[in-house]
Amino acid sequence: MTKSFEEINEKIRAGKAVVVTAEEVIGIAKDIGIKEAARKVDVVTTGTFGIMCSSGAFLNFWHTKPKMKMQHIYLDGVPAGGGMAAVDCYIGATAIPENDPANSHHPGHFRHGGGHVIEDLIAGRAVELRATAYGTDCYPRRSLEQTITLADLRQAYIFSPRNSYQNYNAGVNCSDKTVYTYMGILKPHMANVHYSSAGQLSPLLNDPYYRTLGIGSRIFLGGGEGFIAWEGTQHAPDDPRDQRGLPLGGAGTIAVIGDMKQMDARFVRGVSITGYGVSMMTGIGVPIPILDEEMLYYTTVTDADIMAPICDYGPDGYPTGEPCVLGHVSYAELKSGEIDFMGKKIRTAPLSSYAKAREIAAMLKSWISDGKFLLGQPSRTLRSAADYQPGGVFDDK
Amino acid sequence: MINNQQVTKNVILRFSPDVVDRPIVYELVTEYHLIPNIIKASVNPEREGYIVLGLTGTEDNFERGVFYMQGLGMEVQLLADRVSWDDNICTQCGACTAVCPAGALSLRRPEMELHFDSEKCIVCHMCIEACPVSAVHLDF
Repeated sequence: MTKSFEEINEKIRAGKAVVVTAEEVIGIAKDIGIKEAARKVDVVTTGTFGIMCSSGAFLNFWHTKPKMKMQHIYLDGVPAGGGMAAVDCYIGATAIPENDPANSHHPGHFRHGGGHVIEDLIAGRAVELRATAYGTDCYPRRSLEQTITLADLRQAYIFSPRNSYQNYNAGVNCSDKTVYTYMGILKPHMANVHYSSAGQLSPLLNDPYYRTLGIGSRIFLGGGEGFIAWEGTQHAPDDPRDQRGLPLGGAGTIAVIGDMKQMDARFVRGVSITGYGVSMMTGIGVPIPILDEEMLYYTTVTDADIMAPICDYGPDGYPTGEPCVLGHVSYAELKSGEIDFMGKKIRTAPLSSYAKAREIAAMLKSWISDGKFLLGQPSRTLRSAADYQPGGVFDDK
Repeated sequence: MINNQQVTKNVILRFSPDVVDRPIVYELVTEYHLIPNIIKASVNPEREGYIVLGLTGTEDNFERGVFYMQGLGMEVQLLADRVSWDDNICTQCGACTAVCPAGALSLRRPEMELHFDSEKCIVCHMCIEACPVSAVHLDF
């Protein structure tokens, strides 16, 4: 039994596609078997909502009168990257204002940054644009101060170079001092462990070899429609895998693109991470077409199957760049609230919202069921390990 | 009607310089049979200050104890009323749950939805540091 993208899209257009979430498919396959489930189910929807570095957005401001080639650009005091043309910029999620005290009084609180600016724009809130330029014959204007909203922008689209890690480290701290990391506040002597994957609902864990995902895959992005634009930066399909094909480390990533003007600020949130900086939480949902039994099998992955690497984020671990993985624990254990690891009972906490991931998978399910959202067949799938040549590593030595 | 139900409540006591020398905690124990658990205390150079106190005893004794302290001119507030968690701002991520030492912030399983039990809160401020979207506020 095989189905093509086109056949599935025909069913979606006719309102006859059977769409279930990555949670629901587990029970269905248990009840009726993989073979029958693959015949019955056309699409499995996934979801994830968490802090996603690296993220950001391209904005175009329209030309000013007289014209200006913006050199230094600030949005609510947060520097945005110009250097592409006259009135284009890229606002990165982790950018902070130049006058932010940062970690000068450690741990800093990082109240505002690029992620917040992107959330504010999507929410329709006004943002202060400030720009300066050196002036040219064709672009004479040298400074601009203006209040803008998303509606004033000619184009505004999220283009995040690396989102939705296939799997990710869970962080502990083996040292005897609290550390403030992008994995949250980690108390000394492994008193807590933080993890960040949506596990069985996470997009790339439901298609571990990227058979259906690639350039042009249509996805849920920030409450609206988006696309996979490219493999994400640091995409590492050659990470070690278990028998099911599930990676034991971060492995795959995706670069995503989508028009901010049709997004919902509930699914794009600026965040302040004490001691680390700012970033952005993004909601992503990817529909997995059930092309055959193998695809259905992949989508039946459960939290008990997926192993998270436990990594030491203390000063002698992750920051050194040396291997920091102490062992592996399943997401079923992590989600229970406590793990038994290296002879210690450790309290667990997620950094990504499973409740929101569920909401996203359910929203995407209803969009597809209602015939409003067709699948995009990738022009090229993400590189798998066979197509991938790992690069070198910079080393001070 | 006598209410002998055993309760534990966290309160904030604010006091002025004229009561700072009174052995209030001792009197709560001996007169009102309340078991105190001092969570936090601070007295400033002007001899004003506050104590965050957990009090365990019968409902009646708790109320009498509060009445006694108010009679001394102390301001007594239930801690639960001073800490707020905003469900509209919260993303339900759970980043606050493992650092909360009192178990006031926890995830309901299997839904993985955040739950805040203000009665358990001990105002340690850890959630304020841990929450990426400032969903917890202290009016304190």
